[in-house]
Amino acid sequence: MPDLSFVFAQSVSGLTAAMFLFLIASGLSLIFGVLRVLNFAHGTFYMLGAYAAYQFVQWTGVGGGMFWVAALGAAGAVALLGGIVERLLFRHLYAKEELYQLLFTYALALILSDAAKMIWGTQQKSVSRPPELTGALSLFGATVPHYNLFIILLGPAIALTVWFVLQRTRVGRFIRAAALDRETLGALGVNVDALYTWVFVIASFLGGLGGALISPMRATVPGMDTEVIVEAFVVVVIGGLGSLWGTFLGAVIYGQVLSFGILFFPRFSIFAVFALMAGVLIVRPWGLAGRPLK
Amino acid sequence: MLEVRDVRKAFDGFQAVAGVSLAVERGQTAAIIGPNGAGKTTFFNLITGHLRPDTGAVLLEGRDITGVAPHDVCRLGMGRSFQRTNIFPRLTVFQNIQAAYLSHRGRGRDLWSSVERLYRDETDAVLASIGLLERSGELSGFLSHGAQKQLELGIALASEPRLLLLDEPTAGMSATETRDTIRLIDRIVRDRGLTLLFTEHDMDVVFSIAQKIIVLHQGRVIAEGAPADVRADPEVRRVYLGARR
Amino acid sequence: MIARLGRLPWGLFVLIAAFCVPAMGSRFYTFLANDIVIWALFATSLNLLVGVTGLVSFGHAAYFGIGAYATGLLMKKLSVPFLLAFPAAGVLAGAAALAFGFFCVRLTRIYFAMLTLAFAQIVWAICFKWNEVTGGEQGMPEIPYPSFDWIPALPVVGGWRTAEYFYFLTLLMVALCLWALRRIVGSPFGRMLTTIRENPERAEFIGVNVRRYELAAFVLAGAFAGMAGGLFGIFNRGVFPDFAYWTKSSEVLIMTLLGGMGTFYGPAIGALVLILLNQQIVAYTEYWPFVLGTVLVVLLFAFPGGIAGAIGAMARRLTRPRRA
Repeated sequence: MPDLSFVFAQSVSGLTAAMFLFLIASGLSLIFGVLRVLNFAHGTFYMLGAYAAYQFVQWTGVGGGMFWVAALGAAGAVALLGGIVERLLFRHLYAKEELYQLLFTYALALILSDAAKMIWGTQQKSVSRPPELTGALSLFGATVPHYNLFIILLGPAIALTVWFVLQRTRVGRFIRAAALDRETLGALGVNVDALYTWVFVIASFLGGLGGALISPMRATVPGMDTEVIVEAFVVVVIGGLGSLWGTFLGAVIYGQVLSFGILFFPRFSIFAVFALMAGVLIVRPWGLAGRPLK
Repeated sequence: MLEVRDVRKAFDGFQAVAGVSLAVERGQTAAIIGPNGAGKTTFFNLITGHLRPDTGAVLLEGRDITGVAPHDVCRLGMGRSFQRTNIFPRLTVFQNIQAAYLSHRGRGRDLWSSVERLYRDETDAVLASIGLLERSGELSGFLSHGAQKQLELGIALASEPRLLLLDEPTAGMSATETRDTIRLIDRIVRDRGLTLLFTEHDMDVVFSIAQKIIVLHQGRVIAEGAPADVRADPEVRRVYLGARR
Repeated sequence: MIARLGRLPWGLFVLIAAFCVPAMGSRFYTFLANDIVIWALFATSLNLLVGVTGLVSFGHAAYFGIGAYATGLLMKKLSVPFLLAFPAAGVLAGAAALAFGFFCVRLTRIYFAMLTLAFAQIVWAICFKWNEVTGGEQGMPEIPYPSFDWIPALPVVGGWRTAEYFYFLTLLMVALCLWALRRIVGSPFGRMLTTIRENPERAEFIGVNVRRYELAAFVLAGAFAGMAGGLFGIFNRGVFPDFAYWTKSSEVLIMTLLGGMGTFYGPAIGALVLILLNQQIVAYTEYWPFVLGTVLVVLLFAFPGGIAGAIGAMARRLTRPRRA
């Protein structure tokens, strides 16, 4: 019987990973829900967020609250990039087949990830933790870094914020309406084009933020985008494409499965994750909280 | 030929079809009319197997086909056209019709023969009867709306049905096109001895060829019978001519 | 004149030209040609799903990988001769496609694509971790070439190296497979698949059991991909788990798009162009993904029909009768 502190530590690490995944997956889910497109480039936005955070920190350091400025700045930069891409390029593919839109996001991922390599090289980059959160707590016999706790609390906070925006603000209502019936929304006079851009911007911000916030915990290195995008796919499938809370739940489940899976069934853990994804698609394709398919 | 017994279908609490029964005799031409949202297309989908009725039964030539999948229903002798023109856009006019023959005559399992010349005669015959023979090499996606609807009729005919279901065959057509289309349909139905059930908005069309009319309103049958009787029915007049809420 | 050009037996010309490649005397050219020919089969098999039936699969590499491991295992560990091991790749990959496809065809569009991806990653995970059978992360190096001892004895064809014999063998096998695929696509069955692509609802109502046909297409596509994989394992002198990884699936999908999903030989052209382009670019820069991404974007915006589509459009424009 593994001791409690150990189990707890694993759980914490699983939850932390889950929150980062939630940030990326929520953006992915949002884009899918409204634009009906699976954004392969989302993992790359995440990676760019990490690189941007690194770059800002190079200029400002992490002290005196600068880390947070850098993180938000990085997320903002990625959001801006997302908006530009949508406005200039992606918009023109809406009329074409879904496959073309998908492949465009894949092409974007290729271009952006190599661009990152060109700018920052292939060496690992790391960012120090903000001095406000360098300590650790002792809980149930396990050492829990403050930063991890922060992330674990931030996840639900962001989920609630996004939920609030979607449910209670005008823009949020339009976004939800666009997800259901864009034609009618357009006919009602709403600028659906601008709405799409905003959705892309918000989603990119979330992804970039995830990357920026993970930079103190994990080395920023080329290839982190392809690694994370497949994980994000698994999460949105489990949770249900297009559902915010489904994505949250999916991320949490995924985090725990991976965390404990690696421990107890090291050989099967990667298999288990995809088996779970396949299982959900076979038995309940709309995931835990998505809308049942027609 | 076709018997529908008390079918019902609800979507998320909205009762689209609320207990409709009808019978169409062999060789008869029957029309279903009703205002928008009366449930006509849903009703059609229930007959053809695209939707499964919550309760009730559908019988074709005495055989229970309730809930049978559309591809099987088609093989049992039913042909259908759709409200929104449903053709194979990147296939030529010829290929559209030929495809129906290939499927109907069980050739789909053939992985070896060259498909080019199969069923040429039958396909040309159908094309001639719907008036599209000269355009057989054109890509069907580029045809005018009226021509596409004609093609769709041809596809339905190529399945060699005994019962033909047409969902708003003259939707979106000008008066001339409508007249020509109806004349065409009437001639084909009579030449081949088909049973026809169609839905329509255009009253003149309906009254010109239907022998039996069923009036649907809010998912229910409110009148049924010969054209003259239906025309005189007070309930029908109220629904069509009376004040709308 | 253009129309008459189109009627020449290009397939035959290409085949003859392909056979002549080793005569150029460069092992590198033969190597490249061998690579292209195998990927051409792989891409054409995918196009049976994507271009003909309209089913976009993100996990086609699973069958490529299964075929490769099947042939590799049979030939290396069980000393099965090539002439049995090669078709076995097709059969095993086809069987896997049947099992996976059964579930996949119940879903549509993005969900279908996601499930194909999930299954492919499962295959990859199994290959990656099942050390006893598949060699795990290290893969199975040193797959033997088929035995060519009897060939040098023959009059005309004697005197080549083993790698070149294998190239001829590959060419022959791929030509046969492509010929079979061509017949399938041009058959009534193939036409039924096209109707599914064009309008599944309409196809249902001309009597096509859409799900069953999609599954059949899935199995056939998987079987041919498996055979391509079987050849590739030997060519590559080793079978590795990344044969089934999703990035391989995306490579072959890009080839199919690049060459043109709308024609039979489009994907093969895509394989040729992509591999040659890759060779050229990689010699100058390490940023091949950047170049590939850019090419893809240009393609998507300007040439959605791929190279074959662009050629076809140009040919049509040249043969259109001039208006006075």
